[in-house]
Amino acid sequence: MSQRVKFYQTGTFTVGNRLLDADQRTVQATRERNNSLTSGHRACQGCGEALGARYAVDAAMRAADNRLVAVNATGCLEVFSTPYPESSWQLPWLHSLFGNAPAVAAGVAAALRAKGDTRTRVLAQGGDGGTVDIGFGCLSGMFDRNDDVLYICYDNEAYMNTGVQRSARTPAAARTATTPAVGEHPGNVMGQGKNPALIAMAHEIPYVATASVADLHDLEAKVTRAMGMGGARYIHIHVPCPLGWGSRPCDTIMLARLAVESGLFPLYEAEHGEVVDVTPIRRRVPVEDYLRPQKRFAHLFRGEGQAETLAAIQATADRNIRRFGLVPEEVS
Amino acid sequence: MLKQIEGSQAVAEAVAMCRPEVIAAYPITPQTHIVEGLAAMVREGKVGTCQYINVESEFAALSAAIGASAAGARTYTATSSQGLLFMAEAVYNASGLGLPIVMTIGNRAIGAPINIWNDHSDSMSMANSGWLQLFAETNQEAVDLHIQAFRLAEQLSVPVMVCVDGFILTHAYERVDIPDPDQVDRFLPGFEPVQVLDPDDPISMGAMVGPEAFMEVRYLAHHKQMQALEAIPALAADFAESFGRESGGLIAPYRTEGAETVVLALGSVNGTLKDAVDEMRADGQSVGAIKIVSFRPFPLAQLREALAGAKRVVVVEKDLALGLGGIVASNVRMALRGLATPVYTVIAGLGGRSITKRSLTRVIAAATTDTLEDPHFLDLDWQAVDSELARWKERRRAGPIAENLLREMGLVGHRPHGTEGPTS
Amino acid sequence: MSRAVFQVRIHGRGGQGVVSSAEMLSVAAFLEGKHSQAFPSFGSERMGAPVMAFCRIDDKEIRLREPVGEPDALIIQDTTLLHQVDLFSGVDAKGYLLINTSGDIAQLGIGEFVARFPAGHVQTVPATELALEHVGRPVPNAALLGGFAAISGEVSLDSVETAIREKFPGAVGEGNAKAAAAAFHAIESQR
Repeated sequence: MSQRVKFYQTGTFTVGNRLLDADQRTVQATRERNNSLTSGHRACQGCGEALGARYAVDAAMRAADNRLVAVNATGCLEVFSTPYPESSWQLPWLHSLFGNAPAVAAGVAAALRAKGDTRTRVLAQGGDGGTVDIGFGCLSGMFDRNDDVLYICYDNEAYMNTGVQRSARTPAAARTATTPAVGEHPGNVMGQGKNPALIAMAHEIPYVATASVADLHDLEAKVTRAMGMGGARYIHIHVPCPLGWGSRPCDTIMLARLAVESGLFPLYEAEHGEVVDVTPIRRRVPVEDYLRPQKRFAHLFRGEGQAETLAAIQATADRNIRRFGLVPEEVS
Repeated sequence: MLKQIEGSQAVAEAVAMCRPEVIAAYPITPQTHIVEGLAAMVREGKVGTCQYINVESEFAALSAAIGASAAGARTYTATSSQGLLFMAEAVYNASGLGLPIVMTIGNRAIGAPINIWNDHSDSMSMANSGWLQLFAETNQEAVDLHIQAFRLAEQLSVPVMVCVDGFILTHAYERVDIPDPDQVDRFLPGFEPVQVLDPDDPISMGAMVGPEAFMEVRYLAHHKQMQALEAIPALAADFAESFGRESGGLIAPYRTEGAETVVLALGSVNGTLKDAVDEMRADGQSVGAIKIVSFRPFPLAQLREALAGAKRVVVVEKDLALGLGGIVASNVRMALRGLATPVYTVIAGLGGRSITKRSLTRVIAAATTDTLEDPHFLDLDWQAVDSELARWKERRRAGPIAENLLREMGLVGHRPHGTEGPTS
Repeated sequence: MSRAVFQVRIHGRGGQGVVSSAEMLSVAAFLEGKHSQAFPSFGSERMGAPVMAFCRIDDKEIRLREPVGEPDALIIQDTTLLHQVDLFSGVDAKGYLLINTSGDIAQLGIGEFVARFPAGHVQTVPATELALEHVGRPVPNAALLGGFAAISGEVSLDSVETAIREKFPGAVGEGNAKAAAAAFHAIESQR
């Protein structure tokens, strides 16, 4: 029986690579990809960060004509990719500390400029803790100076490397080791946290984008776009973590997609502080669809449940949808 | 060229002549004039293609320096006091990575209570971080040590702190022979890194190392310090030949021939100490002094040899290991281990307390008769201390110690700071 | 045998150029081939706060780093400090006193103290007025250096003027140099 042609992969609107013209395929789909984060590393099964980094760094490498230096904050990505002598990095790579990757990258960029090297580009990367918590001062300084660095934050919404503790990206009600699901208001406190992409925009840097491992074409396109510009650029990539989220490794992409489709993780691009493009939600889902498969939210659905909390999370998603115009027919 | 110039400006000119490619700057008193001077020179195009980065913290300053140095650029920064503590994590990281960054420390006390004046607590807090630490006696030596520091750092691939007493040197106008740029170029070759972030030859730097090799990595960092014990005197000799003056080295004895009592110190107080030694020698007393230029590596063997004839040693130091006593003195005792030579500790000049020739002479004289207690706190106001101790006994809520002391001392309408006489 | 070090202490308030004054004095001495060392009393940079600066002048290298506790000359830029700070600490009655005032010593309430000094060692100069006239700003430091050259002879007016012009290039330096010269001649004419 011959295979029926499918334009969409199961449950997604993502066009499969095989059906695209060669020049429209992802960098990962090409033989010429650099494999900057090559195989054999120690990431967990279903790691969204490993996937996101693999796509992002190779796209940046291609855009930089393979002349890229990467600076890495301490964190999962650093740990699973490196212990000497088994580095997975196929590009010059420097890890200094947890909270200083943006400043280290600024130093690398300054050195290249001093040496008159106008070809080699600089990428800095870290997790959400290294970026929005301990490294935030350095990140803001890098934005302020408009250093010629692309900073990528892989956001898995907690300190996973140290055993799942709360970060400023941990969502409301999520259970972590330091926001246990006990007491009257189980999980992370409602109404806290920060939005680094919006804060990056407030610095009016040339380019800010959010991306998700649910849409790797879009992710690569944003990295490529960012690499086509100079100055400070920031991309915030949503990367589910099976370990920290209590989800099945095979559900990583599905969860990333549900985060986007529920409105909890809006995808947009901004230039010099102004939103220039958003990815519309084509099939809107309630936040419950996203939350339910994750054990970190299990207390919301146990016994009587937490209807009030669920409603508040839904309100957050609704606000994102209004704010960024994610569902075109809902734009007033 | 002889100039009457502020110490910070002289250091800035020396650093500029070393052709740094990246300078990361964050203001903190009393180091600030140095990076201000460099900012102007970079803007005026006097430092080639040097990139001057105004960072948002000391932590970022050294972090940017780490990135720049790893990318193969000759890199410089400067800090003081709280700034050095704020960058502490990066201080260890820079040396762990073996990056030859040169950093000036405008030495200043550490709070609380906040205090902007000179002592050596800041450098001492990072003494075991793997950086080499060289202390300048004069602004001439500060200039010369910076030129030596870049060569030393790059030769061994290890970072170097040049420690310059805050205010006493950084803000002092005095005569300095500023070298000729060509002279510096001849002395200081271009930077050839032993490891570099290079797209044509990619390496991973700073990855994790487990128990199987960490000891060896640490030993080799120690080994570099031991290599520096040979490199520093060789460099000083080469410098003397090139520039025609003595500067640097591990230690510098002053009138120690036949001296029964030898006084040791770091930094600018050596000037006052030399005047005191001259006076005491003229008075027939058998006294000499040794300046310790290199605190890391610590010249154990050289000091032991230089102190072989001494009947007693007095260490004057601007720091205090709370709960122990002298930091430098402890190191000196290690140099003299197995010998019966008494080592007296004089804790002096904390938070900018003036170290006067008169007070120094008094404690050295007490040491010569072996009547000096150890440690001795130079010009400590015991009356104020005792009264505060009594207050603690009297009431639980005794209030802020510093304020109580100042009220006890009656320092409203007080005599000019720094001109107070000895109190004992 | 070279003569002993000559030590100067300058008192004023933040913004009056006390530190610059010591620096310019050291440059003037340097221009005459002497060793000199100038340094401030090391405070925070606040306008109006009492400030001290020191200058040592010698024929040989100056190694001593302590503040000047026993000055050979005292320059007082601001007489409002007279009864707030112990300005005369360590001052020997053989030394020099130079005070910025348009009035006379008697009005300052220190007549008894200064009576012990040799003739000509205690002088006043209306430095603020001279500065206003020649510079247009009430910064008395340069004028007082001219006065210092006149009473002490430690440096020449010529060196003081050169040091001032080096520190403040252009019209500001010219004005200050004129103020210094005016103070110098005012004191010379009183002798």
